[in-house]
Amino acid sequence: MQAAVNLWPLIGVAVVIAGFVLRANPVLVVVAACGATGVAAAMPVEHILASLGTAFVKTRNLPLIYLLPLAAIGLLERFGLKEHAQASIAKIKSATTGRLLIFYLFVRELSAAFGLTSLGGHAAMVRPLIAPMAEAAAEARNGKVSDKLRYRIRAMAAATDNVGLFFGEDIFVAFGAIVLMQTILLAEGIAVNPLHMALWGIPTAVAAFIIHAWNLRRLDAAIRREGKLA
Amino acid sequence: MITLDHFYLVLGAMLALMAFMSLRDRHNPRRYSTALFWGLYALVYLAGEQMAPALAGLLMVVMALIAGFGGVSLGKYETLPEGERRASAKRLGHWLFLPALLIPVTTMIGATLLADVRIGALPLLEPKHLTLVSMGCGSLLALAAACLLTRTTPMQGMRESRRLLDAMGWAVVLPHMLAVLGLLFAEAGLGKAVAHVTTSYINMDSRLVAVAVYCVGMALFTIVMGNGFAAFPVMAGGVGIPILVGVYHANPAVMAATGMFSAYCGTLMTPMAANFNIVPAALLDLPDKNAVVKAQIPTALPLLAANIILLYFLMNQ
Repeated sequence: MQAAVNLWPLIGVAVVIAGFVLRANPVLVVVAACGATGVAAAMPVEHILASLGTAFVKTRNLPLIYLLPLAAIGLLERFGLKEHAQASIAKIKSATTGRLLIFYLFVRELSAAFGLTSLGGHAAMVRPLIAPMAEAAAEARNGKVSDKLRYRIRAMAAATDNVGLFFGEDIFVAFGAIVLMQTILLAEGIAVNPLHMALWGIPTAVAAFIIHAWNLRRLDAAIRREGKLA
Repeated sequence: MITLDHFYLVLGAMLALMAFMSLRDRHNPRRYSTALFWGLYALVYLAGEQMAPALAGLLMVVMALIAGFGGVSLGKYETLPEGERRASAKRLGHWLFLPALLIPVTTMIGATLLADVRIGALPLLEPKHLTLVSMGCGSLLALAAACLLTRTTPMQGMRESRRLLDAMGWAVVLPHMLAVLGLLFAEAGLGKAVAHVTTSYINMDSRLVAVAVYCVGMALFTIVMGNGFAAFPVMAGGVGIPILVGVYHANPAVMAATGMFSAYCGTLMTPMAANFNIVPAALLDLPDKNAVVKAQIPTALPLLAANIILLYFLMNQ
């Protein structure tokens, strides 16, 4: 017979949802959820702390990717990297925010599909280059851009990087997700060729490009509307 | 051999310096707690595995409490006047792009061409963490190039790092702490509980309902966990393999690929995937920390629907 499933760990999820609904500080929410999950799983306090500590040390590779480039990027910003990126894009007459981001989406998705996932990123590309260029393209058209629209353009620049990365990398055969899927299916006794999984990812990857590009064209339309009002 | 541990020490030293600079910044109203926060984080990188696990856990809780109650605060940062910055942008021109592009280009070269380079018996770059180590090398090269180009010292680079780091504030540690929560969820058996709830309360006699439950479940579970890799084993094990493959004879490759992409639609919609969604909001100085998530929802929802349709029609190929 099936063993009884312990449903208590779901408390951790409830804490997370409640925390975000109440707009509590996310760091506090996470620690509270850690505590609740540990208690629900009947772990003693020392055991919870030790689990947290082991995981905290094990996952410390994660922040490297956005903390290590800060010194170089900060220094370049001090000496005018953003200003220069903006001046360069303003010179291209046909450039619009949407077209620029669609181009970046294409390059990001395609290069990720070939395994070059490091060609991009929020700290290395979006903050110093892509977001300032996207803003400058809107300014070149409209003269002045409202803060609300400026923030929307920046958020879309970050979103474009994410969409390109996520839906590109999964059609690269050697990517971690493919390896993970293969391992899990194999554990269930199903042998799958990784190449087939990568190929069957292509329809979604194409759909992602079309849908996001369409949203970027809508951003261009919003920029045009604001330009007409001004 | 250049290993990941070297870069842990580099980042640890950098964070220790941030703590020291914060301590001396009299314009920061919370300089002691800010310095303590960065100092503790430095310790995680410098001492790392030598620390007793329970002590590291306690350290994480203390850091979260400092950050959660507003103990990490802004100081004063000296920047170039606008005019001087514009003049320097004009003078340096396209050269300014060079150090910035050095980071991705070095990462690429390190991860491909230099992967098999050896010095004596040892590989030049640690094979297990090739991409991260290459990116670390790229960051240091970029800093050196930026210093040469602008004729400044690496110390100025550290001051600029503090400006950016303080602007991001607690968002810096959120992805790290969420990863911890994810591991704890897994340890507590959350996956089994969720699979149990989904499969016992929803009737999956219709093929379309089964496909929709699988795809939406992937996305929802990822929204909660912040990570598609955590959702995949649960939903594939709970619905994908027993029902889609077992009952409806789906092609496992299509089931797996579309399932993982449905999980990624969830990643686009959750603040729990902080490194993709919250950190960039902080990096781009957006007042609304959820602005990136909000920008992504109009892409994620139609794409999730597209996935359900694609899986429904392609699964028996």
